[in-house]
Amino acid sequence: MELSAYPLELPPDDRPMVRFMNVTKSYGSLVVLDDLNLDIQRGEMVSVIGPSGSGKTTVLRMLMTLESINGGVIYIDGKPLTHMERKGVLVPADEAHLRRMRASIGMCFQHFNLFPHMTALQNCMEGPVQVLGLSKAEARDRSEELLKMVGMIDKKDQHPSRLSGGQQQRVAIARALAMRPRIMLFDEVTSALDPEVIGEVTEVIRRLVAEHDLTMLMVTHQMGFARDISDRICFFYKGKIEEQAAPEQFFTNPQRERTQQFLRAVKDAD
Amino acid sequence: MTFDWKWDFVWEIAPRLAAATLNTLLAAGSGYAIALVLGLALALGQRTRWPALTFILRETLEFIRSTPLVLQIFFIFYVGPQVGITLSPWVAGMMAIGLHYSAYLSEVYRAGIEAVPKGQWEACRALNMTTRDTYARIVLPQAVPQAIPGMGNYLVGIFKDTPMLSVIGVTELMQTANAIGSETYRFLEPYTLVGVIFLALSLPTAGLVRLLERVLRRKLGM
Ligand SMILES: Nc1ncnc2c1ncn2[C@@H]1O[C@H](COP(=O)(O)OP(=O)(O)OP(=O)(O)O)[C@@H](O)[C@H]1O
Ligand SMILES: [Mg+2]
Repeated sequence: MELSAYPLELPPDDRPMVRFMNVTKSYGSLVVLDDLNLDIQRGEMVSVIGPSGSGKTTVLRMLMTLESINGGVIYIDGKPLTHMERKGVLVPADEAHLRRMRASIGMCFQHFNLFPHMTALQNCMEGPVQVLGLSKAEARDRSEELLKMVGMIDKKDQHPSRLSGGQQQRVAIARALAMRPRIMLFDEVTSALDPEVIGEVTEVIRRLVAEHDLTMLMVTHQMGFARDISDRICFFYKGKIEEQAAPEQFFTNPQRERTQQFLRAVKDAD
Repeated sequence: MTFDWKWDFVWEIAPRLAAATLNTLLAAGSGYAIALVLGLALALGQRTRWPALTFILRETLEFIRSTPLVLQIFFIFYVGPQVGITLSPWVAGMMAIGLHYSAYLSEVYRAGIEAVPKGQWEACRALNMTTRDTYARIVLPQAVPQAIPGMGNYLVGIFKDTPMLSVIGVTELMQTANAIGSETYRFLEPYTLVGVIFLALSLPTAGLVRLLERVLRRKLGM
């Protein structure tokens, strides 16, 4: 589809928080995502599952604008994210446009990626002070409140090297939330954790789902957790959405052969 | 041939050598300061989005690294005036040293920057930080402690290269020892003293650099 065929904005009665429209991503000749179409509604929690290499992380990274896309357009709240308007048509976004749009998206990574030379509190304050221009006092209040929420307030002056994986991930969640994003992305945030601390992180995400109207997209291998908290499960297979459905439906009555195979394999592994 | 070491001659020339030591320290220090700043600029310059700039900088630095310092000193001092840039021996020498070592320091910085994990850059982007803040607040504070051992080695290196400034008449240690030698026909004491002074200054520097690295790492919580 030609870029000129994409709307400059989505119509007011059809504005999901996120829309992937015919999105294609490839690395050289390797097509990682092929003509992806996916809507995420305001306040929805969507879990992305699928075999290794199926493109799950890539979906999140494109949305966080960590990766460029090769085809299609991503819309955020009806406005193009990956593109911008020039003389009545969409052209690839420049850095200024990306910066504007990126402000509504936050992301947590598998390996936390906290800043090692800053304390937990400084990690949380960095974005609000440097990017949002908040005063130190405002940023501190906001950060401490979030650290309280994730149960890390008593460790606020510790550097990441002194924290366990689960604690680091909770700080990372607080750091992302301190930017007040409307969309949160979680990429296997518990995969690098010891089993006994996974719960403290999933508990935080559970609370986010219950108490905030964030729109969330989460890649996870924890089927039980995904089933519990998601509004929808999206199963990726080889760069395409093979099946998507509400959790009950998805786990009890998967329609596609490949979904059934995948769920059987996951169950056997448990 | 007798080995006659004369202590009274040592005391006689000591003040002159002490003054020259100050000059050597000054030359090394200012050359190093130039190299530190210019080296960082050159390292960052190679990471812009303009491939042409990266290419030009890389080739220029390669050229600087593969030609002798002494040639660069001569070049700046003697060729400079022909293109209308006349510099005193001091300034020409400091600039040559600064330029020469900036080529090496840019490599040290580059390696330090590349050692910062990709995830740190991505976290900055996810927080919507500017490129400038990303470097200034996140990347460089992690890259510099990494680079300190290399930076320290080149400080000692600069120091040992200052005698080359004698070729354009900067009155640093070597030049002074030579002058004393040709005035008095005694070379043993002045050259020995120069050796001792270099040793006495280089050794603690290496120790200080290690200490600085430790302190910095601890301060940064790493
Ligand atoms: N920078 C890159 N260069 C080349 N290929 C890449 C790159 N990043 C990802 N890929 C490839 O893209 C495909 C999808 O990768 P992606 O990381 O999205 O998979 P995933 O579903 O998240 O897998 P996992 O469950 O293992 O995390 C894989 O085949 C991967 O090898
Ligand atoms: Mg992945």
